[in-house]
Order: sequence, then C-alpha cells, then structure tokens
Amino acid sequence: MVKFRRELERLRKLFVLLATHKMGVAGLIMIGTFAVMAIFAPYLRTVDPNITGLPGNILQPPSSQFWFGTDNLGRDIWSQIIYGTRISLTVGISTAIVTVLFGSMVGIIAGFRGGRVGEVFMRVVDFFMMIPALPLMIALAVILGPSIWNIVLVVSLVYWPTTARIVRSQTLSLRERAFVEASRSIGATDFSLMFGEILPNVLPIMFAQAVVMVAYAIGSEAVLAFLGLGDPMTISWGMMLHFAFESGVMSRATWWMVPPVICIAVLILAFTFLGTAVSDIMKPGYREARGL
Amino acid sequence: MSLRGFVSFAIGKISGAIITIFAIICFNFVLFRMIPGDPVRLMFRDPRVPLEAWELARERFGLTGTLWEQFIAYLNRLFLHGDLGTSFWRGKPVLEVVAARIPNTLWLIILSIILAIIIGTILGAICGWRAGTKLDTSIVAIALSMWSLPGFCIGLIFLLIFAIRLGIFPLGGLYTPASGLSGLAYLRDVLWHAFLPVCTLIIWYMGEYLILMRGAMVDVVGQDYITTARAKGLKESTILKNHALRNAILPVVTLAGISLAYAVAGVVQIETVFGWPGVGRLMYEAVMNRDYPLVQGVFLVLAVAVVMANLIVDLIYGYIDPRIKIGRSA
Repeated sequence: MVKFRRELERLRKLFVLLATHKMGVAGLIMIGTFAVMAIFAPYLRTVDPNITGLPGNILQPPSSQFWFGTDNLGRDIWSQIIYGTRISLTVGISTAIVTVLFGSMVGIIAGFRGGRVGEVFMRVVDFFMMIPALPLMIALAVILGPSIWNIVLVVSLVYWPTTARIVRSQTLSLRERAFVEASRSIGATDFSLMFGEILPNVLPIMFAQAVVMVAYAIGSEAVLAFLGLGDPMTISWGMMLHFAFESGVMSRATWWMVPPVICIAVLILAFTFLGTAVSDIMKPGYREARGL
Repeated sequence: MSLRGFVSFAIGKISGAIITIFAIICFNFVLFRMIPGDPVRLMFRDPRVPLEAWELARERFGLTGTLWEQFIAYLNRLFLHGDLGTSFWRGKPVLEVVAARIPNTLWLIILSIILAIIIGTILGAICGWRAGTKLDTSIVAIALSMWSLPGFCIGLIFLLIFAIRLGIFPLGGLYTPASGLSGLAYLRDVLWHAFLPVCTLIIWYMGEYLILMRGAMVDVVGQDYITTARAKGLKESTILKNHALRNAILPVVTLAGISLAYAVAGVVQIETVFGWPGVGRLMYEAVMNRDYPLVQGVFLVLAVAVVMANLIVDLIYGYIDPRIKIGRSA
C-alpha cells in the first residue's frame, strides 16, 4: 500500500509538471470544458435529444429557440451535441480503462513469466496487430448489435494488444532490476512481484497509454456510429453525422453537420495534446531542461 | 547474409502469414455463428416463411450438422470452391460481389498512398531542414492534427466546403451517371470525381511520412558531413540535394509500406463519405442492410489483403536490406 501511495504521489507530480507544458494545459482546458458540458447537460437549456418536434420544427436553421437548429425529425441539435458529450466521454474513458487494465495485465504476465506463456500471449498480440482494425471492429460490431457497451467491448478487443506490447517490453527490463531481485531473495511470490513491484513502476506508462486510448476510442466510436453501427436511441456525435448523411438533405442543412464534426475533432485533439504532453514530460531530461 | 539465411527468414514470414490467415478464417466461422438468434431468421424478415425454405436456407448457409461438420464443410467450400457464402441482400455469391468492387478501391488506395508518400516526404524534408521555424511548427501541427482525426471527419469537411458550399466538385460517385462520356472525357470525369477522396486520403495518410522524414532530416542536419559540406562553402541547395536528402530518405523508404492496415481504415471511411463504389463502401452498404455474409466476406478479403501485402513488403525489404534480416532473425 505504501508503494501505491508513493506512486500516486508520482502521478500528482506528473500533473504539476503537466501545468508547465503548453499542449498539456490546452488539452486539459478543452477536456475540462467538455466534462462540464457532460456533467451539467440537463441545466444547459437542453431538452430530451430523442424528442421529435412538431412538423413545423423540422430542419429549422439555428435560431434563438433552437441554438443549433433542428434535424429532419425536429430534434434539437444543441441538446444532441450536449448529451453527445456524455456518450463520447463515457465510451472513451471506459474503453481506455478496459484496454489499459487488460493490456497491462497481459503485458506484465507475458513479460514477467516469459517462456511459453509469454510466447503464446505475444502470438495473440501479433495476430490482432496484423489484422486491419477498422474492418475487424465493423465485423464484430455488426454481429454484437447496436449498443454503446458493445462498442466499448469491440474497441477494447481491438486495441488492448498495443498496451500489452508496450507494458511487456517495460516489464522485460524491470524484471532484471536489482529491487526485483532483492524482493525475490527475501521470498516474494511471483504474484506479489508482478503486482507489488512491477505494476507500480509501469503505472506512468499505463497512464500515458490510457490518455492516448481515450482519443482512439472516441474516434472509433464516431467512425462506427457514422457507419451505422451505433444505437439509434443513444444519439452520439457520430450517430448525428450518420443521420445527417443518410437523410439526403445534407446539402440543405449544413448546421446539422458542422457542430458534431467540430466537437469530434476538438475532443480528440484535446486528448491527443494531453497524450503528447504526458509522453513528453515522462521523457528523461524534461524536468532538468525546465529547471524543475 | 547468405541465400540460405534469406530462405529461412522467408519461410518464417510466410508460415506466420499462413497461420494468421487461417486464424482469420476460423474467426470468421465463429463470428457468423455468434449472431444472436438464428442468422437465417435475419434473412427472412417475414415470419411466415415455409419450413422447407427455412431448411433450405440453413443448408445453403452451412448451418446444418454438428459444429465440426459445419467447420469442415466451410473450409471445403472456401478452399475448393472459393465460396465465401451468399449475400443476403444481393442474392449473389459474396466473392463475386466483392471482386467487382476491388479495382476501384485498389487504384484509389495506390494513387493516394503514392501521392501521400511524395508530398509527405517533401513537406517533411522542408520541415526538418527548417526545424524550429514557424513554417515547421505550423506544418507539423496541421499534419499531426489531421492524422489523429477520424478520416470521415476530414472527408465530411471537404464535402461540405468544396462540394456543397462551393459546388466545384461532385457530391460523390465514380462518374457522372448517364453522361454518355467516353474515352478521355470519361477519364477526366472520373478523375474529377476522384479528386476529393484522393485529397482527403493524402492528407490523412501524409502525417506519418511527414514525421518520419522530418525526424530523419533533423538527424542528418546535425551530422558532421553536413557541417563539413558547409565549411567547404557549398551552396545550401547543393547540400540539401546531394548530402541531406539522400541520407534522410533511406529510413522513409524502409518504413513506407508499413501502415497498410491504416490505409484500409481510411478507404472504408472515405469511400463511404464520397459514395465511391469500392470495397469500403460495399462494407458500409452491407452493414446498412445487415447483410452478415457480405460484411464478413469484405472483412476476410481486406484482412487477407493486408496480411499478404505486409508479407510481400517484409520479403522485399528482407531481401534488399541485410540489416533487417539480421535484426529480425536475432
């Protein structure tokens, strides 16, 4: 437990360092804005995004009543955007947690145990990395059926090998270090070595990987929803674009397309910025170069 | 590295690819049987289908007998007859439907990748040569942003601006329907339709090559032989052409073929946005029609194509570049 607290302290220092990185700060501000939108969605002059309007409200351009206009079923686009933030962040963060936890577990076991277990794990990882990700996600999602949790499952299934590979290579070098040898010599079990000694040391990398995964997952959700694999009752940004694209009135209703495209782009860039910042500040020499 | 070394390297690579393809095939078999309920029910949306038709359909989709029998029959049909099943939606063999779309995708992808490599490398060289300047940071920032966005977003932005707002490019498709054009005029029409999809793909693919080339260039600029060349009083352009570019371009060439899986992801999205009648758009159409055999067929074809293309690239580089062989066999 003491070790974990020390690691948490290290994560806290990471955030302090992040405040010195321009891209990191920009990313955090953008993510914070979206998080506020998601949390306070009901109070931001929204209505139920699924409620279809009166016939007179169909495809209304932006106005004081409908800030972003309405879609071809008279639904309020502003509300869809705000509530869509919840879906993107939920999918992004849950996928990141699942992939990073599962990937790291596989990576640590494969790296620590080595031998035949490691070999088999890495074969599986190689297999997943050789198959084109998007077609695989489509083939899985179409079978599993439309729901955001299925999308989380599908995206996690496709992306965990990246984390597994990175964590494994870290584990391979950590396992030879003196402190692991020391613990082993006083009778530590493999289990406690893996999760008591190795895990705390790969936490920073897991964190960096998780940030990147959020961006991947948000992008993948948008793509899958755009391709018609989302749940029509949970309107995400990708789903909005799908509806607009399929409606056949795309050329008359640009106000319908622009907000979701911008939101997807900004949120993904925010996490990409944060990811770049995190990997930058974890590079050796960053602190020294800034005199910290 | 001797010829024998290369042969054992090649055998390793080829057997790896064969195992992967076989795993993909098995995966496809399992996937079709994972469909909740009965796949046949999804084909007949009408519940009043006579029992005989039902049984016939089950037989046609290879869903009769034990799982093991089904698997053997599936492999038989696949390897002996090239049978990937029958499309629900088209009622035709999946392979036939997919094959008809392959040429359109192939030339779109090849044209875009080649242009992306050329443009990305040139921009990367400029950025690397002028590293740290405003020009460098802005090009890198734009390229990296585009690279991290989903391809269909960039496609939709282009569609909104150039096709819908400005109206200078068509909304989609491969050619103007019923235009009666032929020969050169037809070719021009096709290229006009291909312009936006190709541009989107170039912008999306380019980031990787740009970053690679920029990194290589930055490395080279710091080398002693560049300083020597400068000290000799050579012109900047000569140094760039004869000393820097030649050395920086090597790693780019070596890594150029790597991201085929990424290229495929781009094609699926961009073809969908621009209604390009290729394999990617076919996958979208199959999804929209919930045509499971066709979705799987497209998946199988794309996955096998990527594995094969990677194998070929690996073999070629293994043959050309001795370092790769030693590095990989070690």
